[in-house]
Amino acid sequence: MESPVAGRQSPDDGLSYRSPAARYQPDSAEVAQAASAWRSGYVHVPFCARRCPYCDFAVVAADEAGGGETDRYVDALVAEIGMETTPFRLGSINVGGGTPTRLLPAQLDRVLESLEARFGIEDGAEISIEANPEDWTDDVARTLRSIGFNRVSFGIQSLDPAVLAALGRTHSPKQARDAVRAARAAGFATTNVDLIYGTPEETDASWGRSIDGVLDLEPEHLSAYALTVEGGTGLSRAVLAGAPAPDPDQQADRFEYAAEAADAAGLVRYEVSNWASADHVCRYNLSTWMMGEYVAFGTGAHDHRNGTRGRNIRRLDAYLAHVEGGDRPRSGSERLDAFETERERFMVGLRLAAGVESGAIGGPFLASAGGKRLADAGVIGTSGARVLVLEPLLTDLVARSVLSVSADDC
Amino acid sequence: MTALSRIRNFSIIAHIDHGKSTLADRLLERTGAISERDMREQVLDDMDLERERGITIKANAVRIDYTAVSGVAYKLNIIDTPGHVDFSYEVSRSLEACEGALLVVDASQGVEAQTLANAYLAIEEGLEIIPVVNKIDLPAADPDRAAEELAAVLGGTPEEVIRVSAKTGLGIDELLEAVVDRLPPPDGVEDAPLRALVFDSFYDSYRGVVSSVRIVDGSISKRDAVQFMATGLDVEADELGIRRPALEVVDHLATGEVGYLITGVKEIDLIRVGDTVTHTARPTEQALPGYQEPKPMVFSGLFPTDGDEFERLREALDKLRLNDSSLVYQAETSRALGFGFRVGFLGLLHMEIVRERLEREYDLDLVATAPSVAYRANLTSGEQVWIRSPQDLPDVSKLDSIEEPFVKVMIITPSEYIGTVMDLVQQRRGLMGEMTYLSPERAELHYRIPLAEIVFDFFDQLKTRTRGYASLDYEPDDYQASDLVRVNILLNGIPVDAFSTIVHRDKAYPYGKAMVGRLRELIPRQLFDVPIQAAIGTRIISRETIKAQRKDVTAKCYGGDITRKRKLLERQKEGKRRMKMVGQVEVPQEAFVAALKLET
Repeated sequence: MESPVAGRQSPDDGLSYRSPAARYQPDSAEVAQAASAWRSGYVHVPFCARRCPYCDFAVVAADEAGGGETDRYVDALVAEIGMETTPFRLGSINVGGGTPTRLLPAQLDRVLESLEARFGIEDGAEISIEANPEDWTDDVARTLRSIGFNRVSFGIQSLDPAVLAALGRTHSPKQARDAVRAARAAGFATTNVDLIYGTPEETDASWGRSIDGVLDLEPEHLSAYALTVEGGTGLSRAVLAGAPAPDPDQQADRFEYAAEAADAAGLVRYEVSNWASADHVCRYNLSTWMMGEYVAFGTGAHDHRNGTRGRNIRRLDAYLAHVEGGDRPRSGSERLDAFETERERFMVGLRLAAGVESGAIGGPFLASAGGKRLADAGVIGTSGARVLVLEPLLTDLVARSVLSVSADDC
Repeated sequence: MTALSRIRNFSIIAHIDHGKSTLADRLLERTGAISERDMREQVLDDMDLERERGITIKANAVRIDYTAVSGVAYKLNIIDTPGHVDFSYEVSRSLEACEGALLVVDASQGVEAQTLANAYLAIEEGLEIIPVVNKIDLPAADPDRAAEELAAVLGGTPEEVIRVSAKTGLGIDELLEAVVDRLPPPDGVEDAPLRALVFDSFYDSYRGVVSSVRIVDGSISKRDAVQFMATGLDVEADELGIRRPALEVVDHLATGEVGYLITGVKEIDLIRVGDTVTHTARPTEQALPGYQEPKPMVFSGLFPTDGDEFERLREALDKLRLNDSSLVYQAETSRALGFGFRVGFLGLLHMEIVRERLEREYDLDLVATAPSVAYRANLTSGEQVWIRSPQDLPDVSKLDSIEEPFVKVMIITPSEYIGTVMDLVQQRRGLMGEMTYLSPERAELHYRIPLAEIVFDFFDQLKTRTRGYASLDYEPDDYQASDLVRVNILLNGIPVDAFSTIVHRDKAYPYGKAMVGRLRELIPRQLFDVPIQAAIGTRIISRETIKAQRKDVTAKCYGGDITRKRKLLERQKEGKRRMKMVGQVEVPQEAFVAALKLET
């Protein structure tokens, strides 16, 4: 199978993916600024073997989906991609879910081919797929690498069996380790490990073992997320029924431990929950945080183009019906005015370790009562023309304070 | 028969919910004063607030025409009275315009302390009382027991008690006959110089001050030149009228009649309730005995949440005072709460009603401080000063003693709860007085208790402990020295005057500990550690720390769904409770209210 990424030219922003000549630090302002011009694509694969208790993404568990669903879905994805009227070349592609590896490599290849055909893919583009360790055999790794994927993100979550059980994950710690090694052996340029901390079943010691164990595998990228109780999930129902909820102080402790360990392992935190080694930032994620443009396909997928944020229908049957009827499967969109756009740029940009360019809103925010209090308390600071959140775990608190700034203040 | 002998002026005295308003409605309906179709439930209660709480705040008088079985046509004036003890001052002035009263008791509830207090007021005024048992149609009704209690209280026989259902109209005819048979007519002198009692006064933005008057002697006609004797104000009677219940203009009010008088005066202070109106040309020599000015019993600081609203609060208080001369207030500055007012109230209900009216009718957002009483401090210099706010208390070194107001409390409770009631009163430093059994099942207990001990939650506690069966009434007694101290609450080292209080020394520690603990729960975590301390002077008696907030972030950005993230943040921001800054600390509005509900 021929790879769609072979023989392409570098993206013209000079920050080529894995270019040894121009190594960049993940938390540098330059890469953050460059990311605002990156263009990406997202493909959602809603299928999962089962639904995890904490997940609130658009997902269809195997026992909810009928046979032949995946072929029909891939047909629809290809058709939806084909509906694009003003394509742009993609610097990164992220296939997420759900569990994308519920699709066969041939099905995934069809999706990449159709993106290549409709949009074109930059040389050296990041082409990433999310996977569960238990699905990731040497064979799968090699095949997916051969059709063009060069980045894989594993939902490992923890190396503590008790925590894995509580999170509804079925892989073993050993499968997790094997998956990372298999990816590397198959030639994946970047391997990411997703971890979740603060599950009530977790202890400080078991979190330490998870983090240390994962760092021993030397992943190029690490995402460590605090367990969040999202409304409507099994976890939220359990908590409402009296099960212990994640403790924010404990989560803060675990974040601190992770930050130190990752730093010692040579990874650099460039966003609230994300670490990478030099040249290995997640281009797709970084561009979404930097107001970059992205297209998106599949159920519940979100895009951002020409100042408009759009979203797809979340339900699989309705999505299929639309696409098969020749309609774009949109469920809504939002166009922000100039001020709202500026505020959103600032709010989301605050998640980056590099901070965010002050722009039109930065000054009024820093001068506001809330901004002053946050600065006095050492939660925010400035570096040149950039505003930085110095306590990353308080980023939402800062963002809410930014929301209090009105257009009249600017 | 003289005109005077065909007049009956009476009040209806009843506990809240015992059916006074329904009974008044039924009397109006039965005498044709109001048709069934026009019947607005509870005609006498004007204001929304009154309706909601089932209380009548402002006195009202309504005239109805009634032709008795004997064929004689009577003019009956129903003079409404407030039901609650906070307004006993208004009750007594309403009663002064009457010769009789209907004492209404719920057939399932029996006699309540407040009803009894008002009944005693009526007896003191020399009024003839007709005992009435209402709601006899209810399944839970025990009219015999209620009648026995009433007879025991009034010293009559159960047979004298009229049994009615104001709801169904049962017994109303009998009641009307009793009114004309058993209540005496007014006893004024028709050709004597005019003496009219102002028993109520309210401000109408179009007409100015409208006064309710009872013509005691002589008579008054439209355009008469009259004088308000207390203020010496000479004016003309612009308009005279009665309520039936719709306003009806009349040319003349004769001896014994009740009606309203409009003079065009705009300043409420010029027309005092209790004043006597006489003719300028032929004045009476002897004014009617006036009323005692009501004294505020309970004080609380009212502060606008938004400091810019201070002037609006002042205007609102000024307007309320037009119709409520018992309201007293002066500007006050609080370090924690900014500019506001120290407001004096007749009692707790009065306080609650005023606060609600300010918030509702004037759309103000208020923080109210802990209610306190007026203390009297004797200084070492020999000087005596009033302490209306804990902040007024001078330094301990300058203090000789502090006196606090006591009240006489009457509690009526089912006998089975006597133990728990005694227990409660003892916790509140109450001194037992006499106890009498109204019946084997119900007792009347008398106590002397510091007012400060009942301003918080005494009534709630009493209700809880007696499953709602006990009732309470109190009247002011004298001042007495007690071992009192001021407990300060410090938030991040800054005393928060809203939370400081004057308490008995024995209660300082439990108060401090409970308040500090409560605030720790109520105040959200801040960007830094916030110590909360309770102190007497410089001595810290309790301390807790609100640890700095460490995590306020959701990990993910929802796969490119920035809109969702922003909306979530917006919702959280909206959902964030309204905050008041105390120094550098954000305190939610509710914390003030909730902390003050503290049980000590």
